[in-house]
Amino acid sequence: METSAFQKIYTKITQITKATCSLNAQGVGYEEIALVNGRLAQVVKIQGDSVTLQIFSGTEGIPTNAEVVFLGKAPTIKVSDELAGRFFNAYGDPIDGGPAVDGKEVEIGGPSVNPVRRKQPSELIPTGIAGIDLNNTLVTGQKIPFFADPDQPFNQVMAMVALRAKADKIILGGMGLSNDDYLFFKNIFDNAGALDRIISFINTTENPPVERLLVPDMALTTAEYFAHEKHEKVLVLLTDMTLYADALSIVSNRMDQIPSKDSMPGSLYSDLAKIYEKAVQFPEGGSITIIAVTTLSGGDITHAIPDNTGYITEGQLFLRRDTDIGKVIVDPFRSLSRLKQLVIGKQTRKDHPQVMNAAIRLFADAANAKTKLENGFDLNDYDERTLKFAKDYSRELLAIDINIDIDSMLDTGWRLFAEHFNKTELGIKDELVEKYWPKN
Amino acid sequence: MATNGKVTGIIANLVIVEADGPVSQNEICFINLKGVDLMAEVIKVLGVKAYTQVFESTRGLKIGADVKFMGHMLEVTLGPGILSRNYDGLQNDLDKMEGVFLKRGEYTESLNPEAEWEFTPMAKTGEKVEAGSWLGEVIEGWMPHKIMVPFKFEGTYTVKSVNAKGKYKTKDVIAVLTDEKGKDIEVTMMQKWPVKMPIKAYKEKPRPFKIMETGVRTMDTLNPLAEGGTGFVPGPFGCGKTVLQHAVSQQAEADMIIVTACGERANEVVEIFTEFPELDDPRTGRKLMERTTIICNTSNMPVAAREASVYTGMTIAEYYRSMGLKVLLLADSTSRWAQALREMSNRMEELPGPDAFPMDLPAIISNFYARAGFVYLNNGETGSITFLGTVSPAGGNLKEPVTESTKKAARCFYALNQDRADSKRYPAIDPIDSYSKYLEYPEIQEYLKNSISETWVDDVTLAKDILLRGKEASEQINILGDDGVPIDYHERYWKAEVIDFVILQQDAFDSIDKSTPFERQKFMMGQVLDIYRTKFNFATFEEVNPFFKAIINLFKQMNYAEFKSEKFNGYLNQINEKINERKAV
Ligand SMILES: Nc1ncnc2c1ncn2[C@@H]1O[C@H](COP(=O)(O)OP(=O)(O)O)[C@@H](O)[C@H]1O
Ligand SMILES: [Mg+2]
Repeated sequence: METSAFQKIYTKITQITKATCSLNAQGVGYEEIALVNGRLAQVVKIQGDSVTLQIFSGTEGIPTNAEVVFLGKAPTIKVSDELAGRFFNAYGDPIDGGPAVDGKEVEIGGPSVNPVRRKQPSELIPTGIAGIDLNNTLVTGQKIPFFADPDQPFNQVMAMVALRAKADKIILGGMGLSNDDYLFFKNIFDNAGALDRIISFINTTENPPVERLLVPDMALTTAEYFAHEKHEKVLVLLTDMTLYADALSIVSNRMDQIPSKDSMPGSLYSDLAKIYEKAVQFPEGGSITIIAVTTLSGGDITHAIPDNTGYITEGQLFLRRDTDIGKVIVDPFRSLSRLKQLVIGKQTRKDHPQVMNAAIRLFADAANAKTKLENGFDLNDYDERTLKFAKDYSRELLAIDINIDIDSMLDTGWRLFAEHFNKTELGIKDELVEKYWPKN
Repeated sequence: MATNGKVTGIIANLVIVEADGPVSQNEICFINLKGVDLMAEVIKVLGVKAYTQVFESTRGLKIGADVKFMGHMLEVTLGPGILSRNYDGLQNDLDKMEGVFLKRGEYTESLNPEAEWEFTPMAKTGEKVEAGSWLGEVIEGWMPHKIMVPFKFEGTYTVKSVNAKGKYKTKDVIAVLTDEKGKDIEVTMMQKWPVKMPIKAYKEKPRPFKIMETGVRTMDTLNPLAEGGTGFVPGPFGCGKTVLQHAVSQQAEADMIIVTACGERANEVVEIFTEFPELDDPRTGRKLMERTTIICNTSNMPVAAREASVYTGMTIAEYYRSMGLKVLLLADSTSRWAQALREMSNRMEELPGPDAFPMDLPAIISNFYARAGFVYLNNGETGSITFLGTVSPAGGNLKEPVTESTKKAARCFYALNQDRADSKRYPAIDPIDSYSKYLEYPEIQEYLKNSISETWVDDVTLAKDILLRGKEASEQINILGDDGVPIDYHERYWKAEVIDFVILQQDAFDSIDKSTPFERQKFMMGQVLDIYRTKFNFATFEEVNPFFKAIINLFKQMNYAEFKSEKFNGYLNQINEKINERKAV
């Protein structure tokens, strides 16, 4: 970022913490950006003449006589069609060796869509994965994270979903991404011949953590350009939002804010909501769908980060290794798509909602039978059948390596019902049972 | 002279202003940012410094910006034209805003100044009136909307004149009143009221003595909400708080529904915008939107206005209650309001209470709930506000400050249970932990006896008992094994399951099952209790499960069928046959 000649240069810093510095300055706007010895910083507090700046790349080596120049604007990005196919860092500077992008300069983290100007999401996103399409159907304009322990293959599943989703643009916001994962995304998009539809904003583990705070806003402001102005279907991938939240807590701790649960800032809910609520279906056809990753520690979804996320997003996809079949599945219990009822049984077959619920109830019965077994009791006939069903259901429908269409998923469901149960054990509407129960 | 000021400090939406004159707590001021006025509310005063919470983003705001204090608190505008509107938390009409994106500093009129209303006078010249007295009536959509003496008027007045029947705009004078000192005061159809102050224009607030039918069986049958009562729904995310509130908002037996979307998802409000104009009100056949007003401050809208949104909703509810209407106020989620308070309290570096919430959180919550209630108006008519809020406990743990404070304030507790939600037993309201204090009120018991049946209260107690004993039986079976307990235990467990599947579980997305009127609830309750009272013959425990599964399956089909239709009766016959086969003689 350039500075121009008439800008005032301050050289007297009064306080330095790990993420912030303070100085006396006048005429500074709230959330304005500044350069501190060339490092990008943003105003987070003004009290009289004293201005506190958050330095994104950290304050290591910043001297008390550092040169501070205020740029008179909030962080911005230049948006245009030239963004397509390019890789950027958290500041929006190219990292792929290509030239800087020209376009309309817009502030990131801009205003919210007026709720009455939104359209109700209604377009199903097929992924081929039954754990998603059958049980947790996705819709354009939705926001949903994967909840997964760090050792789960969430980035792989997310990339697969992205490529099958038939989006006009895929925007990847990488936060604390390992270099290997960064290269994985680059390769898989390249191999799929999709690079020209991809735009990436990448902060890797090698970059300073606080820089991550810019990534979601960069990605989503870009998404708004394509979705709102170009009426495109945009899919935004944000991984890993847990590392984003960690960066938030670093900054708030440095600013002596009173932490709430799990040392997270009290504003975590609002901070995350501002990002996720950018997901939208515009009436003119453009949409922003957000698929994110929230890594868990030991599967704990009560930790403040997944907990606040779950209260904001429209469901979550919970990945877990099913030891019975030795594969990763989309866990039907903790997973949820809140928008599924807008499409299932309407754009998909009429039996969809009931097949989905019946199968999950039987899976729950199987979990009870398993507990019984572990407690050393004999299983009755029904228990035995639920256990067999659960294994087949897990292998043929829940595993993430499934790739079939939704009708086949429903047919598989009915076949498994018929193999293990009789009609009255399902609690499904008679008319549906009559129509779909396998004939032989 | 009006007080002015200058900005001296900015921390996110907390802005410190040095004032040049008197300011009062909760006074509204406007902060000028490059020509745009941002609305803010004073939340603390220290010497000449007013701490204000800004209802907008403060991006770009500078020290020294001009501030004008308005001399009044945050107010809503009351008058005909509120019904069916979509407002933000500060009562700006969202439909009147331009563009796709919200623009800060854009405030739109809550009422349409151009709309003409057919006014019919009610008060007579010479009549003595006071705040809240009905001067006349207009028809708002379908609803008789009373034009009242403004609530801010103190003492008694004499009606000097009331306009004749005719069409008027909200700002037209429709009556002239003379106060005790002989001064004439003009009254229009529009008035303002500060949201944080309760409207007290009523004679008496008795204990609730009637039930408000919601169509949700597990509420109405087991733990009914009283008309004028309060209840809350705590539950982890995804357990069904919002679906439950939407169900209640669609089916509840109320004249007017105010839905406050407080810091939750925009798409959930869009669902109401989209569906309510299409859906029929089961009672009147009109569209649901015709009895609904939406106050919406979604999670990405300014945090400070989130707190305001619940008060805006409550004040509008009080206004309509004063017209003698039955108002249902819903707020989803009150935790977001508490979090907004927490964010501000932290920015002001106040001494925090538990989980960093402000110390006075319990008092704030109970004052708010206390504004609901059934009232006798000064003219002898009745009106009510029934309030149902949701609570989003951090980590799903009910031992957190918002849940605990709310539990002290609300009389009904509908606890959502994660295990029930996981196994798709919706609505996931835990039948054992939840309660309605109203069931203990003698006046409510009387009401239920008269309006449903002589034995209803006993039946409900019995049903709860069966559920509890079923749970105990299931625990025993889990500890001792299927064949380690008497067959009786299995029967007990399955009889509870019948109640669970037939009464408690209800498919909110099925056109028939989603709403059950009391008459049907009573009928189904009779059926399941008959089953409970029947003694069955089982040779082994293995016969128990298939028998009850089949019965439950038939009952579910019944729940999906039109009440007393041929189909419905057909399933009933099949159930009776099955029962007769197994009946012990
Ligand atoms: N009564 C119900 N019938 C069927 N499904 C339900 C019911 N209640 C909740 N659900 C399911 O649970 C999901 C989450 O419900 P919601 O009310 O949004 O949860 P919360 O507000 O507690 O986070 C819904 O999207 C729906 O799939
Ligand atoms: Mg909800």
